[in-house]
Amino acid sequence: MAEEVTIRVNEQVATLAVDRDTPLLYVLTNELRLQGPRFGCGLAQCGSCSVLLDGVEIRSCVTPVGAVEGKQVTTLEGLPALYARQRNLARAPALHPLQRAMIDEQAPQCGYCYNGMIIKGSELLSRKPQPSEREIREAMNGHLCRCGSYPRIMKAIQLASRFMAEERP
Amino acid sequence: MTTNAQPALSRRSVLKGGALVVGFNIAGPLTSPLLDSVAPSAAAATPDPELLDSWIAVHADNTATVFMGKVELGQGTTTGMLQIAAEELDLAMSQVSAARVDTDVTPNQGPAVASLSIMDNGPQLRAAAADARQALLRLAAARLNAPADRLSVKDGVVTVEGDPGRAVSYGDLIGDRRFNIRMTGKAPQKPVSQYRLVTSRAPRVDIPDKVSGKYVYMQHVRAPGMLHGRVVRPRGQGAYGDGARVVRIDAGSISDIADARVVRRGDFVGVVAGREWDAVRAAEKLKVTWDVPPRLPAGRLFEAMRASRTTDSVIVETGDVAAALAKAAHVASATYYGPYQSHAPFAPNCALADVSAGRALVMCSTQYPHGLRNMLAQTLGLDPEQVQVRYYEGAGVFGRACHDDCAIAAAVMSQAVGRPVRVQFMRWDELGWDNYGPAHLADVRGGVDADGNIVAFEYHGWHHGWNTAETSQELALGGPVQPPVSGRARLVNKETLTAVYAMPNVRLVNHHVPGLDGYLKGGNLRSPMDLSISFASEQTVDELAHAVRMDPVAFCRRNMTDRRWLGVLDAVAQAAAWAPRVAHAAPSTGRVVSGRGVALGTHIVSYGAAVADIEVDRESGEIKVRHLYGALDAGLAVNPALIENQIEGMLIQATSRALIEEVQFTQTNVTSLDWKTYPVLRFADHPGVTAIVVQRLDERSTGAGEEVMGAAVGAIANAFFDATGVRMRQYPMTPDRVRTALKA
Ligand code: FES
Ligand code: FES
Repeated sequence: MAEEVTIRVNEQVATLAVDRDTPLLYVLTNELRLQGPRFGCGLAQCGSCSVLLDGVEIRSCVTPVGAVEGKQVTTLEGLPALYARQRNLARAPALHPLQRAMIDEQAPQCGYCYNGMIIKGSELLSRKPQPSEREIREAMNGHLCRCGSYPRIMKAIQLASRFMAEERP
Repeated sequence: MTTNAQPALSRRSVLKGGALVVGFNIAGPLTSPLLDSVAPSAAAATPDPELLDSWIAVHADNTATVFMGKVELGQGTTTGMLQIAAEELDLAMSQVSAARVDTDVTPNQGPAVASLSIMDNGPQLRAAAADARQALLRLAAARLNAPADRLSVKDGVVTVEGDPGRAVSYGDLIGDRRFNIRMTGKAPQKPVSQYRLVTSRAPRVDIPDKVSGKYVYMQHVRAPGMLHGRVVRPRGQGAYGDGARVVRIDAGSISDIADARVVRRGDFVGVVAGREWDAVRAAEKLKVTWDVPPRLPAGRLFEAMRASRTTDSVIVETGDVAAALAKAAHVASATYYGPYQSHAPFAPNCALADVSAGRALVMCSTQYPHGLRNMLAQTLGLDPEQVQVRYYEGAGVFGRACHDDCAIAAAVMSQAVGRPVRVQFMRWDELGWDNYGPAHLADVRGGVDADGNIVAFEYHGWHHGWNTAETSQELALGGPVQPPVSGRARLVNKETLTAVYAMPNVRLVNHHVPGLDGYLKGGNLRSPMDLSISFASEQTVDELAHAVRMDPVAFCRRNMTDRRWLGVLDAVAQAAAWAPRVAHAAPSTGRVVSGRGVALGTHIVSYGAAVADIEVDRESGEIKVRHLYGALDAGLAVNPALIENQIEGMLIQATSRALIEEVQFTQTNVTSLDWKTYPVLRFADHPGVTAIVVQRLDERSTGAGEEVMGAAVGAIANAFFDATGVRMRQYPMTPDRVRTALKA
């Protein structure tokens, strides 16, 4: 049954006429036309659909849209702005440091998994600005990359950590 | 030559005139609007490759668009091709871009398979760019009133030598008009010594948008008025040829989803709905009774293959293998087993089709738009000219996954409902109905003399080939399916087996298993057959080295004559700081033992070598690959950085395939349907990687997307022997298999 659901995504409010059980992913991609979160398995197994809910990574493919009312959803598109708020920066950078690092490392191949990789990696860095290799491996283990770009993602997270350290006034 | 002002309208409008369908733009300017013009271009005709305008368009702003028939598969092919074009045209990388691959816009360059893109199509594009440059220089000579041999070009600006004030840009000479000349292919091309872009490490053009979220994947494309579709099939395919026969459909089972409806054509079943979630739920709920005969050889796959009525062919026969084996100092002889494996793209395929009276536009992630067009025409009852196929990248597929199947499904549904239909395969559709890399069985015998020379090598390989049609097509059209076919890269492959080592007596026999006798669908999966073949042959070579108590690297070197094989072997050994020693000479007794192995391999062309460092837990049976080194000689490396990225990806994926991946099935159906039942290598377990590109400026560019896979699997297997003193004859080398092997 379609009813009104109000959600906050990337600092904006949207009121939508959708079934409350609809997985958030389908609302983000179809109603809101966002490109960050994307379908990969629909089973919470791969991390393709990851978004941040109040700063914590969740799988939007198994999260009913009704369950995120009153909370802040951040997608890849809203990540630089969220980062600016978290770090008290005067304005949002064009890219989150991890996005910059992914480019510097020329990390993606097909790049389809990078929504999840960047969302999860940014969550890790916000909790733990200088993660060890082991911590990175553990944090990222729920995110698959079929193209095998894990080593470069590892390097990019380490590089982003340095970017963030340098940026501190 | 005349270059009259005739605007190239239809192609330009496809390029730049796509109507934007702007969505609810919640995230402000960061959200790229989902695009697409669904209006087919006015004149539907595949560009004539004999015309220069089919390849290159120069715009008034002094940039150029390159039209390539090859699709980007996440390997950086586009960047490499743009480097080639910009090099010959004397443009900067920032001045060139690639048109979206579309059967009505870009020329037919054949399928993007076997890593042949740069190898086969680089020269074509280079010739076109050289022709264009020459035509532009002729125009410039007339405009500047100077002889052509006094002109030089930089970043698309032509100047007269010694008189830099006299200059004109490409854009001023021809901007947005056609060349209207035929390709000659004879214009002088730059010598390698003058390359500035080719051989450079130019960054990939697609990466910034892939990281920001602006990149438009197939999964993002929408069309006005479209419906969401899902296919409905049994979970997991049965025996190839049986299809999935519909006994009964209970349409009432989805009556509570008001908006959803069933689409059926023959045994093809799907559902469509206005909302995606409704389509997903309807596909889950729709009750269909299928007739699926229990014909799969569950638990006896290799016995069935060996006992099948094969078509045999001798691929190579040199010297007298039997006599040489009889005289050899040592003989290594074993049977090896390789599994069915899935392409398992990170995201299942997606397609959007708009089929209406006498016209079809199909947007999808096919590897071969022009080939798919014919399949679509046949399925839809249209002429190929009425079908337009436009490519959007999806997740990396590594061969023939379900992209064409999904495209045909969308087209069949759109034709049935008279609206555009977007079909997203679900995870279980993609894994369960894949065209799997076929299983392989091998009997191998090798002989060595007392001095460490390989004197004989015999290889018998069993496998079925690849099916040629796609499931949606077969289900919709009915009728008997074609038997899977053999052919290049589907045979016991002589490039891997006889090119690496100089061996006087060789016998290679291909046993083609009849694929309709109760097997899964088969298709080319990255480095087709090579993993199974290298797993068997490189362990045989390693076994011979051990038999004569030689260091494996020294043994390989002794049996090689080709400078390029020697080159990659030396490169990888050096990178790994290989210390010569006999394998498993100083066994450790701990629970966790470590080992190091080396192997070589290829896929038809190019030269691959790998070294693996692994650890084996002898109690749990778990193998951890700690580090892999991979070296590749792919001739002239257009962009070594792209190849390094490919090598790293190959090493990681090969680890996954060597240790984990295996398609499971019962008698009736495949049961590997998600990432739990078809696990792949995860982040926490990935090895470190070192990629080495052997640059050969004097050799033509050859494939660089698959040729290290076999070597990596062989190296891991040989490292296992070094660690444990035991040979693994079957992969994936799962903990269960390892424990069994160690107990034996
Ligand atoms: S799509 Fe949500 S975890 Fe895979
Ligand atoms: S880059 Fe292709 S799945 Fe990760």
